[in-house]
Amino acid sequence: MNSTISVLLFGIARDLTGQSTVSITLDNDASVGDLLGQLHQRYPSLTGIRSLLVAVNGEYAEPEQRLSHNDEIAIIPPVSGG
Amino acid sequence: MVALSTDPIDVASALSYLQSEQAGALDLFLGVVRDNTQDRPVDRLDYEAYDRMAVSEIQKIVDEAHRRWAVLRCVVIHRTGTLRIGEIAVLIGVATAHRADAFDACRYIIDTIKQTVPIWKKEIFTDGEVWVNAHP
Repeated sequence: MNSTISVLLFGIARDLTGQSTVSITLDNDASVGDLLGQLHQRYPSLTGIRSLLVAVNGEYAEPEQRLSHNDEIAIIPPVSGG
Repeated sequence: MVALSTDPIDVASALSYLQSEQAGALDLFLGVVRDNTQDRPVDRLDYEAYDRMAVSEIQKIVDEAHRRWAVLRCVVIHRTGTLRIGEIAVLIGVATAHRADAFDACRYIIDTIKQTVPIWKKEIFTDGEVWVNAHP
């Protein structure tokens, strides 16, 4: 069973992919790490970014955290506020 | 008080929010758009935020400052959108009874914002542009 999840992109990740939201199809028990792997495969230019974190429902997530199709998922490139 | 703003930051109203009869120290930090980065002339900055998470991450930092120091009131306002040279990008205001706590809390808040809050700035030069911190 697969499910399609929508992923928000910001900053350089949005610029490199040309999109602010992408749909990714993942296995139902897929993790944050699986999502990053798929994204890198689809957008090889993302590997040029110093680091990419993932936020799930507005909180930073560890690579092993499992994803659910109704989570709000965002890719967080290195921050530079202030 | 924590907020993101597309409009210019109103320093006077932030200051009046901080004032109280118990506050003997009001510390205000303003982060301002500078005209150069490592001698390369900057034309403007574009700020972008993951709004809901930026607000909640800033709130966590403010909550931690309250735990560490005797903070009476605290205000953080961060701009988004396009900012020109001299504009205020971020305001941190801390009110405490005595100055040491105000200085320490204010510095902690701005330093931690730069590390954890999902806000991004792109420097736009006369001859190109770059997302700050994005590349190794």
